[in-house]
Amino acid sequence: METISILPPELIRMVIAVIIIISFLFLNAIMMGYAERKIAGHVQRRPGPMEVGSHGILQMIVDGVKLVGKELLIPFNVDRTLFRVAPLLSFTPVILPLLVIPFSEKLQARDLNLGLIFIVTMGSVNVMALLVGGWGSNNKYSMFGAMRAVAQSIAYEIPILLSLLAVVLMCNTFSLKEIVAAQQNIWFVFLQPVAFLIYVVAGLAETNRNPFDLPEAESELTAGFHTEYSGMGFSLFFIGEYTNMFIVASVATVLFLGGWHGPHLPYGEYLGVVWFFLKVYLLLFLMIMVRWTYPRVRFDQLLNFAWKYLVPFSLVNLLITAVLVKL
Amino acid sequence: MLESEYQEQNRFFLNMGPQHPSTHGVLLIVLEMEGEYVLDPQPVLGFIHRMHEKMGESRPCQGFMPNTARMDYVCALPYNHGYVSLIERKAGIEVPKRAEYIRVITSELNRVASHLLWLGAYLLDLGAFTPILYGFDDREHILDILERITGSRLTYCYYRFGGVYKDVDDKFIEATRAFIKRMRKRYVIYEKLVTKNIIFIKRAENIGIVSPDMALRYGMTGPNLRGSGIAYDVRKNEPYSVYPEFDFEIPVGEQGDCLDRYMVRVQEIEQSLRIIEQALDRLPDGPVRSKVKKNIKLTPGDCNFAVEAARGELSYYLVGDGTSTPYRLKVRVPSYSNLSCLPELGRGILLPDLVSILGSFDLVIPEMDR
Amino acid sequence: MKQYFSELYTGGKSLVEGLGVTMKALFSPIVTVQYPREEIDITPNYRGHIDLILDTGKNTYLCISCGMCEKSCPSDCIKVKGKKMEGEKKKSLVLFDLDFTKCSLCGTCVEVCPKDALEYSQEYNLAAFTKEAFHFDILKRLEERRI
Repeated sequence: METISILPPELIRMVIAVIIIISFLFLNAIMMGYAERKIAGHVQRRPGPMEVGSHGILQMIVDGVKLVGKELLIPFNVDRTLFRVAPLLSFTPVILPLLVIPFSEKLQARDLNLGLIFIVTMGSVNVMALLVGGWGSNNKYSMFGAMRAVAQSIAYEIPILLSLLAVVLMCNTFSLKEIVAAQQNIWFVFLQPVAFLIYVVAGLAETNRNPFDLPEAESELTAGFHTEYSGMGFSLFFIGEYTNMFIVASVATVLFLGGWHGPHLPYGEYLGVVWFFLKVYLLLFLMIMVRWTYPRVRFDQLLNFAWKYLVPFSLVNLLITAVLVKL
Repeated sequence: MLESEYQEQNRFFLNMGPQHPSTHGVLLIVLEMEGEYVLDPQPVLGFIHRMHEKMGESRPCQGFMPNTARMDYVCALPYNHGYVSLIERKAGIEVPKRAEYIRVITSELNRVASHLLWLGAYLLDLGAFTPILYGFDDREHILDILERITGSRLTYCYYRFGGVYKDVDDKFIEATRAFIKRMRKRYVIYEKLVTKNIIFIKRAENIGIVSPDMALRYGMTGPNLRGSGIAYDVRKNEPYSVYPEFDFEIPVGEQGDCLDRYMVRVQEIEQSLRIIEQALDRLPDGPVRSKVKKNIKLTPGDCNFAVEAARGELSYYLVGDGTSTPYRLKVRVPSYSNLSCLPELGRGILLPDLVSILGSFDLVIPEMDR
Repeated sequence: MKQYFSELYTGGKSLVEGLGVTMKALFSPIVTVQYPREEIDITPNYRGHIDLILDTGKNTYLCISCGMCEKSCPSDCIKVKGKKMEGEKKKSLVLFDLDFTKCSLCGTCVEVCPKDALEYSQEYNLAAFTKEAFHFDILKRLEERRI
């Protein structure tokens, strides 16, 4: 007992939070992987995974075990360091944003006063992982994927920032907790519908999801940046992608959909997490549906769309917001 | 550094295929690229060459029948049709009217199945995963109908010299009518999901424009040629079987881009359904197979027969020498000519556009290599 | 400028319509069959590999081992051997082999048979680990069906 009391309570809190978050991360990837396959199946009028467990519910766990059990293949002539580092680099930065996200009024690892900026910064690191992985693989297809990822993220980070800024202007803070608290009466999606739409579209591109999944466009680049990866390296990319989706959806929830707010529940300061997750997974469901519906856009069309539609619209939106807030 | 040297350094070769998701089989395309721009795509064939023509020259003409279905397995019945009609023309065999009608019905059903598969595969190339499974759903109904009478699902060997292998029954007619009804209802799904989709239109419109002149120079046929605005269809221009008796149109495109080729195929599905409907209405009674000698003698001299397969004009050329084994058999397949314009078409375009063009050509590689 | 907005509107509308189609499909019943658990009835006209017809009256085959099927087979995958047993008028079969790895299911052998002694089997669950497993002994298959 004495050793524990020596440690500062804040540190204990952080360690517990990180452990919970990392285990949640794997759980989220498993759930999302299963949901994706099941929804894809039913969209295509087939049942999806059915064999392992009732309605294939254990399928992702079995797949995970298979991936972990695989040999770590390092192809000939790759940059060994970069090739090994890339999956870790894709996996690590996605843990950190979850620390500042307020799952509920009292369920937040740490309320940074620059929380939003912290999330956006960490989001950009993920692109570096794709670049490192694509470059290190010494494969032309991977290289294409990596280059596309970089250009795409540069183009789409701007509308994301601009649309988030509109919300920040309205409540005058970067702290996510305070942003949610400011939505006590009305969610910002009703005040900022354009910003919300722009954020969701740009968020799809930011997470490399269809119709913006150019870095891994399989009909063009076989598998894009992770062509050469297998086993655990691949699954880290996979978990990174799903966590990224979760982060994008939870930021949208926090900024636009009122975070933990919802009909009253007992122990609301903790159980608000139910509403939070409900909103996040609804958004994720929409993202999955989009993936199984649309074809992929071409690369220049993707950039055109960002510069011609998203950036002007978000700028105009920001301007109008600024003027209205000042009035 | 000189400008040309700089350019040399930035160019590289990319092997697309033979195991690439969007070459639909074992086609290798060697791309000379600069960044994402394709400078010179060169198709390399021969990975699945099986010497079908030589096989046709080394055994009695009946023995080649199963091979015809193996060349283009997606749309096998027109290949059957071409070969039996060739031998019938050469040996002067009469075919009962009912058999001809059945041949037309089954061929057109197979064409619809082929176009449905192509539609899904093309969308798969463009990155949409779902349409192919809707296409398969519809195609499965056709395969079930054809399986009931032909006995097989993919590589049919249904036609025989002087008729067809088995007569159709009322259940077949019923099922076909039901399918036509169902298919017409399904158009709206494809229209909403694909044809009107802005992302699809942007990926197909003004991409890979084949001018009428270019299409003729390379000997393109089928929907690819009609997409360029030339209304050439063997069924109309050089009618065979009982096609002249039916009322149908040849859909043509305007400028020959990928979207036009897409639209032509989609409209062809409707035209095929029209032909099937008319044929079912007028299906005559009678035998489905005439008496043919077991040992067909191919008279000296040459003979040619062309049919419209799902991918274009398929023509068989045969030289006989008095025995039952052909002296020479040449198959002119549409995909080979359709592909050959790729080096000219693919100069200076983006890699995703190349994938879109390849998909819109509806290539079947085993047909090209034979 | 007008085109800019109209494109945005029609494009957005088409995307929402597309999503409507998949959303509707999500709640429609599935159309596939869970194969090893459920099976679709196979059509009686299915053309599997060949089998000898069992004449229930005589409880034997109709084959006269004339070898027409062997000769007509384009892929040379049938082997027939008949032998004249003592005290019998007809030749009786001693060997009827089918090399299914080569067979292309064209059905020439069935049609050419003067006694109509061949039929198509209904078997389609054909998978094995060795090539030899596809060398079917048709005569043995008939013996097994014999009462």
